[in-house]
Amino acid sequence: MSAGAATAPPSSWTARARRRIVGLVPEGQALPDRQPTYVASWIYVFGVLTVAAFLVVLGSGGLLAVGGSAWWHTTSLGHFVNSVHLWSVELFFAAMVVHLWGKFWMAAWRGRRTLTWVIGVVAFVASIGTAFTGYLSQSNFDSQWIGAEGKDGINAIGVGAFFNVLNPGQMLLWHVVLLPLAVGALTVWHVVLVRRHGVVPPLDAKEAE
Amino acid sequence: MSVLTAATAAASASASSGHYLHWGVVSISVANLVVIGSMVVAFVLALVLPFPHDRNRS
Repeated sequence: MSAGAATAPPSSWTARARRRIVGLVPEGQALPDRQPTYVASWIYVFGVLTVAAFLVVLGSGGLLAVGGSAWWHTTSLGHFVNSVHLWSVELFFAAMVVHLWGKFWMAAWRGRRTLTWVIGVVAFVASIGTAFTGYLSQSNFDSQWIGAEGKDGINAIGVGAFFNVLNPGQMLLWHVVLLPLAVGALTVWHVVLVRRHGVVPPLDAKEAE
Repeated sequence: MSVLTAATAAASASASSGHYLHWGVVSISVANLVVIGSMVVAFVLALVLPFPHDRNRS
């Protein structure tokens, strides 16, 4: 084996994947223990509050999946878990919207952060879709009424043939599998981009002050 | 009154319960207005309240 071959980086797919993963964020920025001084503000807390609420949503949703979609109608424990699921969603959206307001007014797309902003917007829209399918999965008169009201709008945009809001089984599976996977993947992508480019500074602060 | 009719009437009563505010074409429940108001308050407080610092760090 030549000396050049010995120093060349391995070209196997695992080595390439490892280099790609390691290079996603600068060294030490994946889980940093220090931040720029401008991050010492409550407005920077709402992003991680959103992620924390999302974890509670996923946990309570997993418990609801164990009991089934009608569990909360028949037992007080099921009703409690359902309420935890609902209120964690409320907190998730409230924190996300305050996060959105904060980032909008500090023009958080500055400094090559356009994709971070766009992924956040797409995650917001995907979260709304996930919430809507949750309302359709309540297995009560409210979900029936919402499905009947929503079908014309869904048909009008041309997706009713494969996304039927009057089919509670299909809506439940979108709610517990497909859309949470989408929101989870978008959230991971968003957080990786934040770690890659750093937290956006205020408008009157210098980068990494 | 059949069971189905009674259940439908109960569901309708439940759906129409709550207090609503009307302003032109805008109609919003008091509960939703309180939630939105709380979010605005949280946003303003996040901007003006001092953030606690770790005194052990320079």
